[in-house]
Amino acid sequence: MDWFLTHAWIIPALPALGFVLILLFGKRFLGPTRAHWIGVPLIAVAFVLSICTGVAWIQHTNDPHGGPLADVQEECSRTVQATGSEEPAEHADEGPTEGHAAARGRSVAQEDHGTEATTTQEGGEEHAEAEKHHDTQPVVRCVSWFDTGDHSFTIGTLVDGQAVMLLFVVTLISLLVHLYSTDYVNGDRRYTHYYAFLSLFTSSMLFFVLAENTLQMMVGWELVGVCSFALIGHWWEEKPNSDAALKAFITNRVGDVGLIVGVIVLFFGAGQSFSIIDINIGANEGLMNHTVLLVASCCLITAVMSKSGQFVLHTWLPDAMAGPTPVSALIHAATMVVAGIYMVGRLYPVFFEGLAIGGSSINLLALVGGVTAVFGALLAFVQKDIKKVLAYSTVSQLGFMVTALGVGAWTAAMFHLFTHAMFKACLFLGAGSLSHASHHSFNMVDDMGGLRRVMPRTYWTYLIGTLALAGIIPFAGFWSKDEILAGTGSANEGVGNYHFALVMLLIGAFCTAAYMTRTIWYAFYNGEYKGHGHPHESGPVITWPLIVLAALTCVIWLVNIPTKFFFDWRPPESFTLKFEHYVEPVGPFFPGSSDNFTHAEFNGWIAALSLLVAGGGLLAGYLFYWKRALKPLENLAEKSRLAAFFKNILVNKYYFDWLYTDVIVHAVKKPIAAAAYWFNQKVLDGVVDGAGKTAVASGRFVYDKIDQGVIDGVVNGTAVVATESGGELRRTQTGRVQQYAALFFAAAAILAGIFVLVIG
Amino acid sequence: MNDFLHDWGLAVITFLPLVGALVMLLIPKTEEQTHKLVALGTSLAAFAVGIWILFEFNYDAAERMQFTIDRSWIELINSRFIMGVDGISLPLVVLTLLIVPLCLIYSLNHIPEPGNPKAFLILILILETGMVGSFVAQDLILFFVFFEVVLLPMYFMIGVWGGEQRQYASIKFFLYTLFGSALMIVSFLALYWLTGADSFGMADLAASSGGISSTAGFLIFGGMFIGFGIKVPIFPFHTWLPDAHTQAPTVGSVILAAVLLKLGTYGFVRIGIGILPDPAHDWAPIIAIVATIGIIYGALGCLAQTDMKRLIAFSSVAHMGFVMLGIATLTDYGINAAVFGMVAHGLITGMLFFLAGSMKDRYHTLEIKRLGGLLVQAPRMGWILGFCAMASLGLPGLAGFWGEFPAILAAYQPAEGLSETLFRTCMVIAALGTVLAAGYLLWLLQRTAFGTPKEEFENNSHVSDVSPTEWTAWLPLLVLILILGFLPGLMFDVTNPAVQAISSVTGG
Amino acid sequence: MLLNQFLLLSAALFCIGVYGVLVRRNGVLVLMSIEMILNAVNINLVAFGTFHGIAGQVFALFVIAVAAAEVGVGLAIILLIYRNSRSIDIDQLDELKG
Repeated sequence: MDWFLTHAWIIPALPALGFVLILLFGKRFLGPTRAHWIGVPLIAVAFVLSICTGVAWIQHTNDPHGGPLADVQEECSRTVQATGSEEPAEHADEGPTEGHAAARGRSVAQEDHGTEATTTQEGGEEHAEAEKHHDTQPVVRCVSWFDTGDHSFTIGTLVDGQAVMLLFVVTLISLLVHLYSTDYVNGDRRYTHYYAFLSLFTSSMLFFVLAENTLQMMVGWELVGVCSFALIGHWWEEKPNSDAALKAFITNRVGDVGLIVGVIVLFFGAGQSFSIIDINIGANEGLMNHTVLLVASCCLITAVMSKSGQFVLHTWLPDAMAGPTPVSALIHAATMVVAGIYMVGRLYPVFFEGLAIGGSSINLLALVGGVTAVFGALLAFVQKDIKKVLAYSTVSQLGFMVTALGVGAWTAAMFHLFTHAMFKACLFLGAGSLSHASHHSFNMVDDMGGLRRVMPRTYWTYLIGTLALAGIIPFAGFWSKDEILAGTGSANEGVGNYHFALVMLLIGAFCTAAYMTRTIWYAFYNGEYKGHGHPHESGPVITWPLIVLAALTCVIWLVNIPTKFFFDWRPPESFTLKFEHYVEPVGPFFPGSSDNFTHAEFNGWIAALSLLVAGGGLLAGYLFYWKRALKPLENLAEKSRLAAFFKNILVNKYYFDWLYTDVIVHAVKKPIAAAAYWFNQKVLDGVVDGAGKTAVASGRFVYDKIDQGVIDGVVNGTAVVATESGGELRRTQTGRVQQYAALFFAAAAILAGIFVLVIG
Repeated sequence: MNDFLHDWGLAVITFLPLVGALVMLLIPKTEEQTHKLVALGTSLAAFAVGIWILFEFNYDAAERMQFTIDRSWIELINSRFIMGVDGISLPLVVLTLLIVPLCLIYSLNHIPEPGNPKAFLILILILETGMVGSFVAQDLILFFVFFEVVLLPMYFMIGVWGGEQRQYASIKFFLYTLFGSALMIVSFLALYWLTGADSFGMADLAASSGGISSTAGFLIFGGMFIGFGIKVPIFPFHTWLPDAHTQAPTVGSVILAAVLLKLGTYGFVRIGIGILPDPAHDWAPIIAIVATIGIIYGALGCLAQTDMKRLIAFSSVAHMGFVMLGIATLTDYGINAAVFGMVAHGLITGMLFFLAGSMKDRYHTLEIKRLGGLLVQAPRMGWILGFCAMASLGLPGLAGFWGEFPAILAAYQPAEGLSETLFRTCMVIAALGTVLAAGYLLWLLQRTAFGTPKEEFENNSHVSDVSPTEWTAWLPLLVLILILGFLPGLMFDVTNPAVQAISSVTGG
Repeated sequence: MLLNQFLLLSAALFCIGVYGVLVRRNGVLVLMSIEMILNAVNINLVAFGTFHGIAGQVFALFVIAVAAAEVGVGLAIILLIYRNSRSIDIDQLDELKG
């Protein structure tokens, strides 16, 4: 079974192959409507392989062998190289970085022996658990990519619980989206391109998930961005679509600046290594400077903010709805936006140490996440477009995950990512089904209504998704959200005491329940159907993925049953916390063994509170829409100026779009660029042209005055003198022989006279 | 045969195009087809020899000069005819040998107004001699001669076959570059006299350059800085570039962008840093600052453009900024990135200029306002444009990334003795430059390729998709962009030993 | 016999010749005046020859021969001048005027 772990690279390679094949042969050999013949089977194989990898991983965890880094190929990690080589002293003279690595290696070795010492401090219950965890080994395989400087950079795969979990999620959702699209996108003008990019999108995300080093991660990260660009702008003939695509890509580029800088800082911080293992060990064992970690984590948070649609850089995400709906499902559930969460999870020690998450009560990550959870949810209330409601709910839910990471509840974040993928995909595909029925409109207020009767399957699956999203027991969302709330540590022993985060998340949860009720009301109730034509239930290709996802939403929580329930009821231990056990990496590359890191347990009070809040949200929605019992709140904006003020802010999305598009982008595009260009043309080029003109002018001066005046004057003067004197002298030349003779004689006489005088 | 290659290979690739040009002189002007074939044949033959050299090159000793030729030349001034390639020159030589045949293929049915393929093609071949010669010359005077040989054909190319303002552009190009050359030759001579080296050979000079005083070194490097800097071009010496590019015929722009600009950066690496490592240290912060300004400034300039070709030209300023930033770090990472960046920029921007030329052929204008919907009318061409835009903005997985990212990376930790604060600031600003790059390139893509065609071109039958000649000329470039993007090791492994030999002197 | 008388005679003859050359407008008369100058020289030569050896007389014979040739050429020129301009007035002959 280990074969699957060491050959995980095949999984991203399959859809990549699909991309190439579809692009080269799709249209030519299969015709314009059959590109899925290539795409679907390949992704299906990838899905099967992912499951096999998952099974292999479970076996691998159950039957560990070797030390904590035994399955890391030596070339991939400097730490392993340092510990693996028999004479580490040999490298010591190669400068501080090597010594660094060697020191790190020693501490890893100590870690191995010190396991018992640390575990005895923890509860006896967890003893066996911790023991097992410590032996969980990531499987790292790599090949040399290129050499620059003294370093060989590698490319490879890092398979561990987190990667396996996401492999499963990505391939599952992608497979369902592929299938769903065969009907939904059928007859599209660019069906082939659509499938090609769907494959590449999946492939990039899988590549990112399996990345063994941060450089590789960055490659995957950007490729995901480019595919989203292509898919969001799928119908690029219309300007709003290409605008949305541009916005998505450029906003992500802004975050990428953070990614680039963060990755570079970590590269040098970890002694010139991109390896995730090295970075994490360096951060976790205090071998990296705290400032370095802080700077790196702040930079990386920028990247997370853009990719995972966190507050201030979230604006692209709702606009990204311009793409085909299945793509939105893929973006929001499995690929793209979860990349940020995954990245933080991957480099968790960096954040844990850099932001001092343990024992603290607020940090940047928790703050960003908490604010996003509430502000994103509030925006969902004023949307008419059902997809935008879901988009803002994604923003808000991603805020939950980021908060979870910020408060130290790693497993809760990953679990929420896992469950959220299921029900969010279900909801998006459900929204697609609705629009399929109502003539491609997403306007739930004006074009839908009363659809529960004609679209029962869509209705029920959508309802399950909604309940899960709202966090109603026993659907998946409840369990993962509850873990996050417990993880804030406000009510029990968590990592820290994040009261602010708890409050924000509870508000977010209330809003979520309320706005989701609103969508149910508008789409499925609200009197009669208001759109064009006759709505009908979508075909089986569309509804089956919905049913599968809804079913998963109902049962998926079973993978992470808490150790104790309400009233201290404990389920059999062999069923509990399987997700935590298999997914959470524990070892020198994860803060799990740190004293500050504890797992929050299920807390009856928190769970009850969360249920109460979610139920309150549902109830409020029910009373408001169904019963019309909250009359004073209806049309509040018209009654109260204060409410109108706030509504206006929400409708304008807190004016962020205005700030970014109209102020910043416009300023850069027009005045600043124009000023730079003016500077270029007038000043710089002016200098050059001026130099040219001055040269020409001074040349003319020199020519006119000096050359023509002085130097040529001398030459001409000589000629003039010669001419003039010639003219004068010619007068003597009369042609009269006698005159000549007279002169001759006179001269002879004078000469004779002189002769006589001188000689004589 | 191998002996011949090792003894004379470099001279062959350098002078074969010149021989071709001489042969063409004997063929009457009216035989246009023969001219095209002869020109293409010679350049392909040179390319074949280049490929052969690529195979015969000893990659385990890439830091050493190989295929060396060392003959006496101008004994009076101790200048010798020395040629050789190492890991740094090899990719550039091969790039040149590749680009020229592609340009000639493209020229098979794209001779710009006012025609006269004979003269046009002869100029290209002379250019090739000059460019290859510059990359293989290992003697300063020889280098200088080849460096100058390049100027004149380019001048005529812009001045005769250029756009409406060709006179202005060509004169500006010629004089500006010549001005730089003048300072450069002064520096070369000063270097020779002050070091008291035995000859103008670069190796000789490098060995004895330690003896000159730091002030003299600073000034000499300054002369080279301006000379090479104009050619690169770095801010603020770049203003000739947009004019030259905009006015030059397509093939001229391609050669200019793909190869000519690299003469400057190559000069910095080989002569500037190679011979004067200590003054390079003094200049590095200045270079880093102007490079960083260039990155942001070039990008802003791009955003202000209304003409597609001029926009691409301005993007060169930004891209060469990354290359110069890499060089300024004086580290092996940085210089490796710079050499990679040179080749990547050659491929990508060359390709973009090809596209601009072909679009101009179809639309007879490159004014962005009037374009649009290329993907509708010529989908393949639109795709290629999108691909090149992505490559140009430094998307990982395509060649552009490996010139940019490692350069930014290197700036985090420059060579010993350079200010980390300054370089890290530059690093962050350069990283911000990538956002702007995405901005202007995608905006260009949106305005030209997306949307629907404007009314005036809606039913224009001129707008056809990529023709077979174009495919032949472009495919090698596209494939290389992709391959180098996925396997950067192909190039890094070649350049690395040679770069390390240089950076070991600078303390990088 | 004293040399002085000869020299005085010759000087007088010379002066008359010069006068003729400078003043007369008739070409033939100018030619004759030149003849007189030559004869003044001849007298000198012969006189010196008498006192200082034979060379003087020899030169005188040469001069007479040359003078004959000179008169021949001179008369021919004057004849041609006359043919061309129907006059032998040298005042009118200023074709060489600069």
